[in-house]
Amino acid sequence: MSPVEFKRIPVREQSPQERVKNFQEVALGYNEEEAVAEAKRCLQCKNPPCRSGCPVNIDIPKFIKHIAEREFMEAIRELKRWNNLPAICGRVCPQERQCEQPCVMGKRGDPINIGKLERFAADWELEHGVEIPSLPEPVGKKVAVVGAGPAGLTVAGNLARAGIQVTLFEALHKEGGVLVYGIPEFRLPKKIVAAEADYVKRLGVEVKLDVLVGRTITIDDLFGEGYEAVFLGTGAGLPLLLNIPGENLNGVFSANEYLIRSNLMKAYLFPEFDTPTKRGKKVAVIGAGDVSMDCARTALRLGAEKSMIIYRRSFEEMPARREEYHHAAEEGVEFHWLTAPVRILEDSGNVAGLECVRMQLGEPDASGRRKPIPIDGSNFEIEADIVVIAIGTTPNPLVTMTTPGLKMSPHGTLVVDKKTGKTTRPGVFAGGDVISGGATVISAMGEGKIAVENILKYLEAKW
Amino acid sequence: MFRILRKEELAPSIKLIDVHAPMVARKARPGQFVVVRVREEGERIPLTIADWKPNSGIVTIVFQEVGVTSLKLGELEEGDQLQDLLGPLGQPTHIDKFGTVVCVPGGVGIAPLFPIARALQEQGNMVITCMGARSQNLLFWVDRMRSVSDEVLISTDDGSFGFHGFTTDLLKQVISRGTKINMVFTAGPAIMMKKVAEVTALAGIPTIASLNAMMVDGTGMCGVCRVMVDGKTRFTCVDGPDFDAHKVDFDHLLSRLAVYKAEEKAALDLYLKRRGVK
Repeated sequence: MSPVEFKRIPVREQSPQERVKNFQEVALGYNEEEAVAEAKRCLQCKNPPCRSGCPVNIDIPKFIKHIAEREFMEAIRELKRWNNLPAICGRVCPQERQCEQPCVMGKRGDPINIGKLERFAADWELEHGVEIPSLPEPVGKKVAVVGAGPAGLTVAGNLARAGIQVTLFEALHKEGGVLVYGIPEFRLPKKIVAAEADYVKRLGVEVKLDVLVGRTITIDDLFGEGYEAVFLGTGAGLPLLLNIPGENLNGVFSANEYLIRSNLMKAYLFPEFDTPTKRGKKVAVIGAGDVSMDCARTALRLGAEKSMIIYRRSFEEMPARREEYHHAAEEGVEFHWLTAPVRILEDSGNVAGLECVRMQLGEPDASGRRKPIPIDGSNFEIEADIVVIAIGTTPNPLVTMTTPGLKMSPHGTLVVDKKTGKTTRPGVFAGGDVISGGATVISAMGEGKIAVENILKYLEAKW
Repeated sequence: MFRILRKEELAPSIKLIDVHAPMVARKARPGQFVVVRVREEGERIPLTIADWKPNSGIVTIVFQEVGVTSLKLGELEEGDQLQDLLGPLGQPTHIDKFGTVVCVPGGVGIAPLFPIARALQEQGNMVITCMGARSQNLLFWVDRMRSVSDEVLISTDDGSFGFHGFTTDLLKQVISRGTKINMVFTAGPAIMMKKVAEVTALAGIPTIASLNAMMVDGTGMCGVCRVMVDGKTRFTCVDGPDFDAHKVDFDHLLSRLAVYKAEEKAALDLYLKRRGVK
């Protein structure tokens, strides 16, 4: 037995100087030798704590053992028993606070790089040809899944693997939801999303794009067409705004608009692609979540000389993953902590900058984080020609508005029983950001899995 | 994909296409719109629904060629397919028995107002239409508007047909002859809707404007279509496109419509250059 290796095998990345000039993926991932070496660090715990940290309960030591033994096909088969979208999760899951956080190796050294091993196995399969598992006999039941984001793709894939006939409805012109409109190419290449969506389609799921449920067809219509259950994975697509003066000036973007233009519509390739965007010189992003980091880093790639994060609390309270912060800081994003915008400054209809106020932290608030309090008379100005508001989103109310019997919480989220994914209307289930208000890809998938189990029970009871 | 079944040139640079989109045709209501993408590299643009036939699955779209995307749309022929068509979007126009209503469409705004006027007449309203265009050759659907109106007045900016002036002049004429007007509906260039709102505000006539903001997704996600209505931010795509014209900040709308002027011009020049080479 070789001695325990406390240090992780480093992940190769594009250098910050190079990557700010392109939209290609930052982290290059492990090659076979690196993956095997990292996998061999795993202690193969009898009662693996990593597993309990995974919202979809992947048998982590098992897939890692396969990699350590160079059984890459077996590794991906094991992963796909639990997760239909491993290439995506390997890239965007916050592993440091899920599976990797309780890793025993982390007590003395670096936890195993579970995320990058998952990505390695998934990429290996995409390169060598994707295997479609054998499917059970159709059970003769139809289910409609609304929204082709992480929750919807998971539910659609898992139902198909249980022999259900699934139609997946998506309002946009591509599958992926937030994976294609929100998360940038440099963090999650769109060909990876397309490949994993393709896998779900090859499981027998029929995808109907350009269908806005609530407008093009209603939930009642779906039941009328013979669907026996409906899963709503409609996400949290409605941007929150600040409600400060100047918010509707030209040059003020919601994070959604800024990212949709660049990611979904590929505005960084304008005019080869028809959608334009604004290439600001000084870009101020309000908020410090993962989406804010995505905006600030996109701004640099669009040629900004200065890209700033403006956040009313301090580094400790920042909701972004540390890895995202680290990447943004490496690329030269400036961080203005304890700073809150009070007004967007105008120059003949366009953004000229931000008037901000300095904040100090008081007692913890309802969120458990210390509440930011403005310091009187500390107002100052920051020059900017683009302002991006990245302070969160809420669910789009359209489906709730057009479906009798669905209850919405005061926060705009859909009311569900968390243990079953059941909404207040029989036969309608939900999961993902539409019930959480905005969380992670993997938690959406975890909620999707719970809903699948209960959709199957619901259908069975009706058999 | 969405097949173009029929194409018609209504006026120079104004085209009509009948698109096969059965799900949209089944749900469309007056005042709603679709978002269209012409090709894989294309942008998403909102276009008003001018008519629909649920039984044959046809959605009729009328558009003016003003930029790269609408020019590319205009290049498609019968039998060609649109990459994407999403809809029907937006809140349908509130149709009721108001009494006497005046419809004020300008330019390509004639298309969205046609189904609204038709629904208003079907509800038993007395419908007076004040329609106009820059010039006679840009006027279309006069007969169709006549078929759904009790009276039609026509203006052209250059006097080549009908009254020499603007639709607002026609509207003022109707107001000045003492007809009791219960409601005005307007669609067309933002600047015209602004003027219409000014006229009807003075006369105290409730007015609905169908706004033509820029959009990307069209489903409430991006917020590019935000407008100021009664001092509040509203999204044209999901809260509109119809708003109380007296509460809309039209100057703000006009300013937002011009945000990408430079980019649009550059793209258009490149497109025309490339097309010339071909």
